Amino acid sequence: MSPSMSDLTAIAPLLLVAGTALVVVLVDALAKRNRILGPVLTLAGLAAAMTFALPALGDAPASAAFGGMIRTGGFTSFFTLVFCVSGLLSVLLSMSYIETMVPGKGEYYALILLAVSGMILMAAAGDLVVFFLGLELMSLSFYILAGFARGRMTSNEAALKYFLLGAFATGFLLYGIALVYGATGSTALAGFPSRTGGLQQPLLLLAGLALLMIGLMFKVGAVPFHMWVPDVYEGAPTTISAFMSTGGKAAAFSGFLIIFTPALLITQPALRDVVAAVAAISMVAGNVIAVTQTSVKRMLAYSSIAHAGYILAGVVAANPAGSNGVLFYLMSYTLMNAGAFGVVSLLENPDGSMLTFDECAGLSRRSPLVAALTAVFMFSLAGVPPFAGFFAKYYVFAGTVEAGFTWLAIVGVLMSVVSAYYYLRLVVLMYFNDQPGGQAVAVRPFGLAAVIVAAIALIGFGIFPSILLGLTARCF
Amino acid sequence: MEQHILSLILFTPLAGALVVALLGRDASRLIKTVGLLFSLVALGLSVWLFLVFDGSRGDMQCIEIIPWIPALNVSYHVGIDGISLLLIVLTTFLTPIALLASWESVTVRLKGYVALMLLLEAGTLGVFMALDLFLFYVFWEFMLIPMYFIIGIWGGQERIYAAVKFFLYTMAGSLLMLVAIIWLGSYAASLPGGAFTTDLLRLYAIAPGIPMGIQIWMFLAFTFSFAIKVPIFPLHTWLPDAHVQAPTAGSVMLAGVLLKMGTYGLIRFCLPLFPYATFRFLPYLAGLGIVGIIYGAFVSMVQPDIKKLVAYSSVSHLGFVVLGIFALTEEGLQGSVIQMINHGLSTGALFLLVGMIYDRRHTRLIKDLGGLAKPMPVYAAFFMIVMLSSIGLPGLNGFVGEFLILLGSFRSSFLGSPWYAIVASTGVILAAVYLLWSYQRIFFGKTEHPEDQALPDLSVREIAVLVPIVLFIVWIGVYPGTFLGKSAASTKQLIHRIEETRRGSFAGASLEPGHEILPGERR
Repeated sequence: MSPSMSDLTAIAPLLLVAGTALVVVLVDALAKRNRILGPVLTLAGLAAAMTFALPALGDAPASAAFGGMIRTGGFTSFFTLVFCVSGLLSVLLSMSYIETMVPGKGEYYALILLAVSGMILMAAAGDLVVFFLGLELMSLSFYILAGFARGRMTSNEAALKYFLLGAFATGFLLYGIALVYGATGSTALAGFPSRTGGLQQPLLLLAGLALLMIGLMFKVGAVPFHMWVPDVYEGAPTTISAFMSTGGKAAAFSGFLIIFTPALLITQPALRDVVAAVAAISMVAGNVIAVTQTSVKRMLAYSSIAHAGYILAGVVAANPAGSNGVLFYLMSYTLMNAGAFGVVSLLENPDGSMLTFDECAGLSRRSPLVAALTAVFMFSLAGVPPFAGFFAKYYVFAGTVEAGFTWLAIVGVLMSVVSAYYYLRLVVLMYFNDQPGGQAVAVRPFGLAAVIVAAIALIGFGIFPSILLGLTARCF
Repeated sequence: MEQHILSLILFTPLAGALVVALLGRDASRLIKTVGLLFSLVALGLSVWLFLVFDGSRGDMQCIEIIPWIPALNVSYHVGIDGISLLLIVLTTFLTPIALLASWESVTVRLKGYVALMLLLEAGTLGVFMALDLFLFYVFWEFMLIPMYFIIGIWGGQERIYAAVKFFLYTMAGSLLMLVAIIWLGSYAASLPGGAFTTDLLRLYAIAPGIPMGIQIWMFLAFTFSFAIKVPIFPLHTWLPDAHVQAPTAGSVMLAGVLLKMGTYGLIRFCLPLFPYATFRFLPYLAGLGIVGIIYGAFVSMVQPDIKKLVAYSSVSHLGFVVLGIFALTEEGLQGSVIQMINHGLSTGALFLLVGMIYDRRHTRLIKDLGGLAKPMPVYAAFFMIVMLSSIGLPGLNGFVGEFLILLGSFRSSFLGSPWYAIVASTGVILAAVYLLWSYQRIFFGKTEHPEDQALPDLSVREIAVLVPIVLFIVWIGVYPGTFLGKSAASTKQLIHRIEETRRGSFAGASLEPGHEILPGERR
């Protein structure tokens, strides 16, 4: 069966991103000298994919393409938007940053584009096999990107660690798919929860689902599958940490939402309790360990574990508020975490040593703008109004409370207080500490523009969350 | 224009902060003037509001409602009754005074300072106006950010510790309230034909019907959050740090307005939303109020630092407010409302006075001062008036509030015992002890320290800062009717509703669903 025209238009964003990746590779090979063409083409490709994804958010219920292998509609489009935003921010941050680290490597941008295509494929998957395909495409790109600063030991360590553990987790995922296939006789996701009811051998299904869940929890970096997160986020080039922690996490969460749908979680209460427990442990462990960090990147890495916990709480809720909350959270988190890593990339030493808290002391004197932006990201990550991070938490917890998991919401808010402590520590050092000295702020107009846009969007979505809620409303 | 008056008041300081942020960093005179102008416009608007407000009505007035987040039924819903009116006027009154007070003492990063003061004003005003719990919570938390920076950047030696402690304490309390707010919303959704809502007026009708077992937890979550803010003993430990470390204007706003957010929250949310839980817990809360009165007074007495003395006296004074609230009588509640205003005026003025001597001598220790009445007679006179107001001398404002509170708690059928009032009244005596004693040590006797002899008396600007406060101290003391008249109908309605609830539950247990223990059973 050859794909029809409607199939191709359905995956237009995916084709655009993947096509741009190929063009970028070619351009890099043919025009070696030109440093600016690659990133510009990348930005154009991502922006074009975004514009193709936008119309589907208003209308059109989810439909299928390629004989049910691909789902289109609001859900896919919203995630495409998140991935493209994450990619755009990372590319803008990377411009001239990555050049100082490894000059003349054009495949960097092609890999980012390939990772984005993998993510889009994951969110668009109508079949477990397609999901796996997307996951692998994304992960393989990540493995390379994490080790891109090949001169740095930490970057090499990050790549190797991520690859070994990631490959192992992929094995779990794949085995889970096999067991689920064995139990239900199909890998199609359409009608998946209904096929799980009334099975002869529920154990086989549960084992399969549990393995799938392990694979996904590894990818989102939830406790106890989080061991790779701090080392990888710290060792990878900062702009890649920004990309992996936002787009990569969002893609894995799209897997949670399309495989562990509300309907499935409600019929399988045992699974739901497991997710709830993992969410709670992630919030506690991530936040508590983050308190003791001295490296800003490592602190952000542990905080991303905690945020995985918050988002999982929205998955646990298994109701519209929870699911929409997850989408809202992912977009806000993409903006604030890419912004936070972006600020780190602006402040970092060019020699590649890790940015410590102490080096941020007195930043508000040296660069009031960057300090103010950092404060916005930190307050938003801590969940203080009027920034989008607050509303994201509110929405997710509204879902969990409504679903009867009030205890999870209470754990979440208490841990938010802990998180406020370490996020504020950065603000304290930047504003309340008048020490002179410290690293000069790098002048990178594109990178600065990216964080400014992210901060403005956070304030905008925080004060008028309806802008974003209007887009998530049609996703389910 | 009149139907948008609340929004006008709310957004004036916000616009001011924005304008200030756009000014050049070095134009310090311009920055101060623009900031002051915006705060004066807000004051003017709120005076207008005070004049048009109909004091004979007990319900919400000047309501504005605009859908904000339709997905969660959240709207920009603001409105005021007499209680919020007085607090709004107090806020807009104290902000220009605070700005004027720091006219010369704040020189570093002036632009940020003025902008943050205006943001703080806007946040506080929002808290007093919001009629949607979500909106309320947004303002309640948002206001932490400017206060955190004001303490942390322009504060004293231990400012970082104080700022972080202030932030974390308040946030810990309020996040539990957030869960309770969400829970209330989904309770509304669970009722037949209900929808998720955080609209206060709608919840007023629904919430008292929450089963007792859950109502208690809701009440505790809200009360915990407010109790930290008030602060009610034993949750007060952030207060001395924050007040002492904050710059003068920060302390004025903190003591004058921010603490009232806690007591306001108790009146606006805890009493009407969870009446049965209130009945259950009021003896304990009134008791904690009294502990606060006595404890605050005793700790004040032994403070070597005047600013700390004033800070602890706040714990004592706010204890009275808490007692008045939980007496659940008209007199008690009216007393509490006017005592909130009084405390804002007199403690605000005390912090200003302490700041003035600190600007001159760079010490706040009582032992380093002495005989100031001779070189600074005008200062001594102002200090005397404000101190007497704080003690509660008849004819000045403090007396009115404390008298009403004691009267209300003495008669309260909810407290059921005159002993609350009797024990609390010792707080008035203790206040006289610690304030008069410190006054004597600072102002009388010989001017022992050579620096004191040539101290300049108050400047015209400083007098201009104090005169309006003293004016109101006397006004409220002599003719409180101007202000009590505005809040009378609102307090009456609140007490009336609570009395109805109690009578209803006496008539039949069915009105208190899901629980058989009657609130009146105690007696």
